[in-house]
Amino acid sequence: MRIYLQPIGFSKKLNIMRRDIFQAIADPTRRAIITLIALQAMTPNAIAENFHTTRQSVSKHLRILTECELVKQEQQGREIYYSLEIEKMKEIDKWLDQFRKIWETRFNQLDNLLSTIKKKKK
Amino acid sequence: MTKNLQFDFTVDKAAKTVYITREFDAELSLVWDAFTKAELIDQWIAPKPMTSKTKYQDFKVGGKRFYAMVSLEGQERWAIQEYTSITPKTNFKMYNAFADKDENPELPGSEWDHTFSEQNGTTKVNIVIYNESLERLERILDGFTQGMKMSLSNLENLLATLSQRS
Repeated sequence: MRIYLQPIGFSKKLNIMRRDIFQAIADPTRRAIITLIALQAMTPNAIAENFHTTRQSVSKHLRILTECELVKQEQQGREIYYSLEIEKMKEIDKWLDQFRKIWETRFNQLDNLLSTIKKKKK
Repeated sequence: MTKNLQFDFTVDKAAKTVYITREFDAELSLVWDAFTKAELIDQWIAPKPMTSKTKYQDFKVGGKRFYAMVSLEGQERWAIQEYTSITPKTNFKMYNAFADKDENPELPGSEWDHTFSEQNGTTKVNIVIYNESLERLERILDGFTQGMKMSLSNLENLLATLSQRS
């Protein structure tokens, strides 16, 4: 039951955020970037090598991801490394999990209803 | 004795689409009825402690089901489902939109597509829900969580009252 209470605070947070984290994952290139840097921290150049797109375009996507707080930057020498904010990704999971829970509850209720009707028929 | 019943739930945020697959240990005609007859739908569609009440239903293409999700406190959230396509015991599609108590819809809504199939006495239902806006999806969740929170605080109050008595 406690699980249902969690997203209230979360959805409030969503409204305050400058960018919705779902905007971040709505774009296929950004989803691909997330998958890449989930494995290891990478520089913008290294990330750009994986796409048939301009370095500017990758930078734009990284900026959006940073604004959504889904990725963090870290300076190492002269290079900037981008890595994934795992906790933030978990929030997406948690949010989606609520819908799953609603359907789980519904379907369990339907299971009970179906078995009640079947028993009556016999 | 319980069969292992499949349950898949995936959300494609980019396509604004929710995919749900669930198996039921019942014959197809019974599952079809449970999804299409208001008196049965009302018995399972509202996640407890909410209840569902149908004001009227006309299950035909162009027909509607006008219903409310009712919270424990009696708060009603009205919605309209308009049936857009029906292939008996195989598939039905509908357009779902929130509404006020006078049946005025609030657009945009969502498109629902249900497909039914049976194998060895197990019925599989595939549901595809397309939401025009993600905020709408959040609203559904918000109403539900608020309902849950209220009923939990009711329970807390009840427990507190009970423990004071003893």
